Amino acid sequence: MAMSRAAAAIRQRRRGPLLPASRSVASLFGHVEPAAKDPILGVTEAFLADPSPEKVNVGVGAYRDDNGKPVVLECVREAERRIAGSTNMEYLPMGGSAKMIDESLKLAYGEDSEFIKDKRIAAVQTLSGTGACRLFADFQKRFLPDSQIYIPTPTWANHHNIWRDAQVPQRTFGYYYPDTKGLDFAGLMNDIKNAPDGSFFLLHACAHNPTGVDPSEEQWREISHQFKLKNHFPFFDMAYQGFASGDPERDAKAIRIFLEDGHQIGCAQSYAKNMGLYGQRAGCLSILCDDEMQAVAVKSQLQQIARPMYSNPPLHGALIVSTILGDPALKTLWLKEVKGMADRIIGMRKALKENLEKLSSPLSWEHITNQIGMFCYSGMTPEQVDRLTKEFHIYMTRNGRISMAGVTTGNVAYLANAIHEVTKPN
Amino acid sequence: MPTANERAAHPRLSTLLRHLLPSSPRTSPATATSADSLQASPTMAASSASVFAAVPQGPEDPILGVTVAFKKDPSPVKVNLGVGAYRTEEGKPLVLNVVKRAEALLLQNQSRIKEYLPITGLADFNKLSAKLIFGADSPAIQENRVATVQCLSGTGSLRVGGEFLARHYHERTIYIPNPTWGNHPKIFTLAGLTVRTYRYYDPATRGLDFQGLLEDLSSAPSGAIILLHACAHNPTGVDPTVDQWEQIRQLMRSKALLPFFDSAYQGFASGSLDKDAQSVRMFVADGGELLMAQSYAKNMGLYGERVGALSIVCGSADVAVKVESQLKLVIRPMYSNPPLHGASIVATILSDRGMFDEWTKELKGMADRIISMRQQLFDALKTRGTPGDWSHIIKQIGMFTFTGLNSDQVAFMRQEFHIYMTSDGRISMAGLSSRTVPHLADAIDAAVTKLK
Repeated sequence: MAMSRAAAAIRQRRRGPLLPASRSVASLFGHVEPAAKDPILGVTEAFLADPSPEKVNVGVGAYRDDNGKPVVLECVREAERRIAGSTNMEYLPMGGSAKMIDESLKLAYGEDSEFIKDKRIAAVQTLSGTGACRLFADFQKRFLPDSQIYIPTPTWANHHNIWRDAQVPQRTFGYYYPDTKGLDFAGLMNDIKNAPDGSFFLLHACAHNPTGVDPSEEQWREISHQFKLKNHFPFFDMAYQGFASGDPERDAKAIRIFLEDGHQIGCAQSYAKNMGLYGQRAGCLSILCDDEMQAVAVKSQLQQIARPMYSNPPLHGALIVSTILGDPALKTLWLKEVKGMADRIIGMRKALKENLEKLSSPLSWEHITNQIGMFCYSGMTPEQVDRLTKEFHIYMTRNGRISMAGVTTGNVAYLANAIHEVTKPN
Repeated sequence: MPTANERAAHPRLSTLLRHLLPSSPRTSPATATSADSLQASPTMAASSASVFAAVPQGPEDPILGVTVAFKKDPSPVKVNLGVGAYRTEEGKPLVLNVVKRAEALLLQNQSRIKEYLPITGLADFNKLSAKLIFGADSPAIQENRVATVQCLSGTGSLRVGGEFLARHYHERTIYIPNPTWGNHPKIFTLAGLTVRTYRYYDPATRGLDFQGLLEDLSSAPSGAIILLHACAHNPTGVDPTVDQWEQIRQLMRSKALLPFFDSAYQGFASGSLDKDAQSVRMFVADGGELLMAQSYAKNMGLYGERVGALSIVCGSADVAVKVESQLKLVIRPMYSNPPLHGASIVATILSDRGMFDEWTKELKGMADRIISMRQQLFDALKTRGTPGDWSHIIKQIGMFTFTGLNSDQVAFMRQEFHIYMTSDGRISMAGLSSRTVPHLADAIDAAVTKLK
């Protein structure tokens, strides 16, 4: 602001002495502790800072092509071309885009789902999968304040943060069996049986994060049956539909089994990976209710939680999703592209296992191809992971989780060799 | 009746049964047996009642309810003065030309990807947003004392700021003006703060109750958080003068009251970005700390893209770093990281001199149209000799005018003249045009003379 000297002097007098700019004010926030770094995102930060030309990032769960580059799907580019200049950027309703929700429900519940026809599903657009889980957790806290959530061991680390911030008490249930690097089915069933009737369970619909270990179809049926006996509430987190097997219908099998068995599920959907819309934050939360009236009531309450959090969800990602899924040709293209991504990952699993076998590693690496989805739980210890980073510039989370999306034909041999080096018995 | 095992093996049978058996309330979890085989019976249908059966219908949003009613009205002369989104003279929503240009640039750039933003959002966007509100030469910025995180428009910025304060600040009470935007109390309550009010609007003058404001801030406990509308107060349109702001600032600093600014209309109020940021910059200039929630919904017309930023001006650079790290812990379990599209548009515009200038012109155009509507409405009421002092229409600033009409008069105007506004008498000037001003003036005139 331009100001005469006199005016400045008057202002100075009125205000009182200005604090010298260089001296810090005793801060009201001086006591604030520096927060611990996010373990997953910290890996990428460290990777970016590494100058080594051989470095490999198998840390964060974002898809990469065979050149290690991020991908924007063709169907997404085409959708964006159609969207540009076509909308007025007005607020979406609190519950989000109706079209996007409709398409999302068809994807999760089935094109011809009677629940959709009967309007029994309360559904809102959310800030990707995180937002869907958080909205459900807040809703659970508000309307079933005595309930708690059972979370698999292990799980995506942020699940714990979400239900903690929603102030819903957590328990864990057995899931991963380190000895087989597969499912601890007996432990899982035991925990389901021993949980108090009517407990809430968080289930990964497919491509479990971080282990890649999914129940078989038969196991899912048994789990569903036990849930029925115990009256448990199944909440599905589906972040990888289409991305796991390459076929969205197949990846929704667990959900469809539970629906057939009469469970009234909750479901969080994300388009971050399967449509490559990561930063657009596109997702959906749905809850299957008794009837249309109840669905209307539940949806209205979900909106009441969204309103003081962000008012209404972002538009752009929703437009992309509804444009693609609402156009048969674009949807066909999307299905092709999502299968392409899944196939590449399945191919890399095979290649990594074969490379390790070629190196005559005495350990079993069957789990690499038994597991499914973006992640492989290698079974490596934190110390072994540290060696991978220090000696080979390979970056992954210390729980031994490898993001297969970061593996390419160019680096798979190097990766196999490094893993062999740090795991071979002396 | 088939056993549970049989039913599990025959899902179709299960589904059929569900349709045949009457559904009934699920037996309470405490009494349900955990027998290994489920005894099928009419009172335990395959689809037991939902655990959420008791969830009541939520209340209608009063502001959005106005638009719902407006849409239902078949009258050709209806006018919607409810929701606060800008409309052109033709009554249409507006996407700024510079926004379209920015979007086109983003689209053309084939190397652009859609990866996750960091938890704190787009770095360029954050820096540019801080400069926009605090001034490029702000010492707080030069000294790295500002922690800025991209948030979901104004709402998201307020919520994240509120949550941060509830966790890390010693005072859990926030004072909000009376009246204020309907969503403010809900945001802060859910964030974990206790909400109180301070006097703000004087119905007698339809202006600022400055004495009441000073008294209430004086009696607030030391350290309390004070929500301040940076400019264009919503819903009243009544802002303190520069002198009054200075008095508020001195009082607040003397009592160590923590300012939390909500800036939803920078540039939209007066037409000048710097002028509309004056109140905020006065507080920053004294070296003290504050929170600032910024929204680009109105001033860039980016409503649905949810673009905003929360800045916390801290006492030192060290504190700013620690504060930012704690803000991440609030954001991560809420939505992980913010949406990319809107922030990219803003960063594109703010970082290009030509586009920035184009934006300020279009912004001034919107502000000028609103100011012109105020003048036209005032003149129209004067011409009609409508009883009462209507000078507040031109004294108030921003998108909204607090007309002073009571709820009976508001209902009358809806019924007889098909004019839609919220029952507190707030009208959105952006919903007016030269064509509809006479109709609104007639309606106000009739309401005021027929009803008291």
